[in-house]
Amino acid sequence: MSSKKIINDFSITIATVNGSGSQTANVTLLRALFKMGIPISGKNLFPSNIQGLPTWYTIRLSKDGFLARRDEQEVVVAINPSSFARDLAAVSSGGVFFYADDIKLPIDRKDISVYPMPIKALAKAANVSPALRDYIANMVYVGVLAQMLGIDPEAIKSALDFHFKGKAQAVDSNFSTIQAGFDWAAQNLVKKDPYWIKQMDGTSGYIMTDGNTAAALGAIYGGVQFAAWYPITPASSLAESLNVYLPQLRKTSEGKQTYAVLQAEDEIAAIGMAVGAGWSGLRAMTSTSGPGISLMTEYAGLAYQAEIPVVVWDVQRIGPSTGLPTRTAQGDLTEVYFLGHGDTQNVILLPGSVQECFEFGWKAFDLAERLQAPVFVLSDLDLGMNQWMTKPFEYPDAPMDRGKILWEADLEKLNNGWSRYKDVDGDGIPYRTVTGNRHPAAAYFTRGTGHDENARYTEDAKPWEANMARLKKKYDTARTLVPKPVISQAKGATIGIIAFGSTEAAVKEAQALLAQEKGPKSDFMRLRALPCTREAQDFIKKHDRLYIVEANRDGQLRQILSAVLPDHANKFRSVAHTDGMPLTAKWVKETILAQENK
Amino acid sequence: MTTPAVVAGQTNKAGLTKNDYRGLPSTLCQGCGHNSIASQIIAACYELDVIPEEVVKFSGIGCSSKSPTYFLNRSFGFNGLHGRMSNLATGAIFADTSVHAIGISGDGDTASIGMGGFKHMVRRNAPIVYIVENNGVYGLTKGQFSATAEVGLNLKHQGTNQYMPVDICMEALAANATFVARSFAGDAKQVKELIKAAFSHHGIAVLDIISPCVTFNNQENAFHSYTWGKDHEAPLHEIMYTPKLAEIILDGEFPEGAVREVTMHDGSTVVLKKLEKDYDPTSRAKAFQMIEEAQKNNWMVTGLIYIDTEKPALTDVYNLVDKPLNRLEQADLRPAPETIKKINSLMF
Repeated sequence: MSSKKIINDFSITIATVNGSGSQTANVTLLRALFKMGIPISGKNLFPSNIQGLPTWYTIRLSKDGFLARRDEQEVVVAINPSSFARDLAAVSSGGVFFYADDIKLPIDRKDISVYPMPIKALAKAANVSPALRDYIANMVYVGVLAQMLGIDPEAIKSALDFHFKGKAQAVDSNFSTIQAGFDWAAQNLVKKDPYWIKQMDGTSGYIMTDGNTAAALGAIYGGVQFAAWYPITPASSLAESLNVYLPQLRKTSEGKQTYAVLQAEDEIAAIGMAVGAGWSGLRAMTSTSGPGISLMTEYAGLAYQAEIPVVVWDVQRIGPSTGLPTRTAQGDLTEVYFLGHGDTQNVILLPGSVQECFEFGWKAFDLAERLQAPVFVLSDLDLGMNQWMTKPFEYPDAPMDRGKILWEADLEKLNNGWSRYKDVDGDGIPYRTVTGNRHPAAAYFTRGTGHDENARYTEDAKPWEANMARLKKKYDTARTLVPKPVISQAKGATIGIIAFGSTEAAVKEAQALLAQEKGPKSDFMRLRALPCTREAQDFIKKHDRLYIVEANRDGQLRQILSAVLPDHANKFRSVAHTDGMPLTAKWVKETILAQENK
Repeated sequence: MTTPAVVAGQTNKAGLTKNDYRGLPSTLCQGCGHNSIASQIIAACYELDVIPEEVVKFSGIGCSSKSPTYFLNRSFGFNGLHGRMSNLATGAIFADTSVHAIGISGDGDTASIGMGGFKHMVRRNAPIVYIVENNGVYGLTKGQFSATAEVGLNLKHQGTNQYMPVDICMEALAANATFVARSFAGDAKQVKELIKAAFSHHGIAVLDIISPCVTFNNQENAFHSYTWGKDHEAPLHEIMYTPKLAEIILDGEFPEGAVREVTMHDGSTVVLKKLEKDYDPTSRAKAFQMIEEAQKNNWMVTGLIYIDTEKPALTDVYNLVDKPLNRLEQADLRPAPETIKKINSLMF
């Protein structure tokens, strides 16, 4: 075996049983590594199950800051007998295999280092109640890994302290089991592998959290006043985070609420309540995933047609149908873009990082109220539920934009004359009033049926067509208001890459891999919204060959961009793939190279 | 108790004439029960001195759901999706809790496509007057059975209904409604008094109003017809609503023992004059029993079936700020800049 040390540049996968409490141990490991200054990412690959099925947690350490998922697993920790054989097979050649020594299964690999761990014995010795013994057992592997790989026990302690919110008893009992694992390994195992973890300075100026928490906090700083939701993986923790942070941030000194959060009876009701609240002047939102989006379709069309601001977060999981409820994808783009029957076009924000989940959390309300339209924010399970290191949240850099809303004094000035659906300013966006406005001219009747400029029912052809043309014009206005793409250019680039959302890490690493292998140099555009802004269109026009990277089967962004810029559609090459796992840089690189070499 | 006839140009305590409560001309069929309900909503609001700007109207889809345009033209209104009035209104009422909500739904809208939402709105005790204009038939799509159609009903193109009907009052009671009433569109006075009482109720007030469809379901022997309704209506009480301003003196008007008063949240009262039965509308168990008995005997019992004035309404549960939520500004809604540092420190 190689004697050359490999430091802070490998992946650790921990194979456990779902519901066995391993999540605490895994996140503790992740946080300890972050505390040691090592750029890391952690991905929980879990089944749709409460307890019993195999689950994996994969941590990537990257001194160079590449944080996409990798297929290669240099260090594997096997605690689950039912996945033992495949976990053993998954270890990279030259890698390391830690296993619970109560699993009596053959280990036939000669090309790896193998270390047993007395998980059960050490857990039994721990000074905790029998009920907690299974949970604390997971801490044994944390201790063994710490000793064998070189994780600072103090970093582990601060991770535990964070997890248990400073409760000394919980911290101490877990840490003593970790210490037991650590001591046992020091006395009984001899290091044969080359993998080491060393303190570095790669995480200062970063925080670690998940996209759903960030989205909820962003919404709170955006002044969310009403949120209705229905439980669904992987979106539930977004609404639950609202319930955690709203009471801390948005109660008056007398303890009164400036908001209401309601768990609805289903997703139709959830968006219905949000549409009702948005219509009556509240900053309103709902959060869901693909199946919920399907149910929300009719309401999305109503909000588009009757011009009602509402924010809808879609934390995507893989579909169609129930699909794989706990696996990630970017497969709802086409559905959401056209959501609603008849001619509909929706505004979509595409956050690419946890920090951006926060930013779009507040921006979405400004856009929805400015445009009087539903605004969808497409996150995904990987971004929403996994822990990411990210730049700290930034306080909103713009005042709230409440849009074109008329109150009593405004109507007085207008001498009572206003029309709900008239394009006064030439941007396609009309003025609106909301309930509670006491001015006698304030009220109007809202409907999803045909209406004229004064919101009166009509089935006449001309007002119908005029209204639909105005809605299209409004969508063009949206083009100028949505977040512009993030573009990075390389000298001598011959190709362009387009991606959105959580795939950025894989794309950036793929660019570096292409450079290493003397492949083509590339410019990169991360699209942050639809409709496609002028800047995004210019990027497309400037390049002769564009690879569109996305985690779905059909290349949905490619389809949409082909429709937006049909004259440029022949430049697009699809790098689309979905199996429920976050894309890897290696796959992106190889798929691009294969098409380049054709 | 009769209200003096309204003289043209006469104003109520809000300084408004009855015309200020009207809507656009109805586009429903002539003789439709829904039109007479709209008239009674106008009359009730006029008599209650309601300010139209302080009312918001909701509906779903269907003939009944068109009717919010036929009253209170100066009130905001939203004719939403089929069967979804419940959730649309639930979200909207949070914006300004000083505004009264009234929803008009139909039997298809509430008892078929919107049953789930209806029952959840009821169990949350959302503050709204929820009127079901119940005719047992889908009118706008030209005469299909609704879920409230009785077994054995024959319709021209549909044949004979084979399924048990949904009883909206029973469903409302089962979902813990705090105000359940039934009336008959042909009984204008009772409809009006019940609407007035419903307006004073703080919580959900479900009014199931049998409202005959003159076009598709008005055979003499049909449950939702005028003839049947007139012949089978058995009022529980003579009902009279009294506003909290005590200008109407009750003592002496009804003999002691035959009158039961229910004090509403806002201090007004509903006075129930007993007819032949000793009925207590504050007992949920008795309400169930009464509906069960009525079904067995083929009675259409009308009146206030159940009332509970104690349960908090949905919006009370939230301890909201006094100012209407939709008038809050950035200073009220965006946490101060210094909080962001603390929030970042709460992350790992």
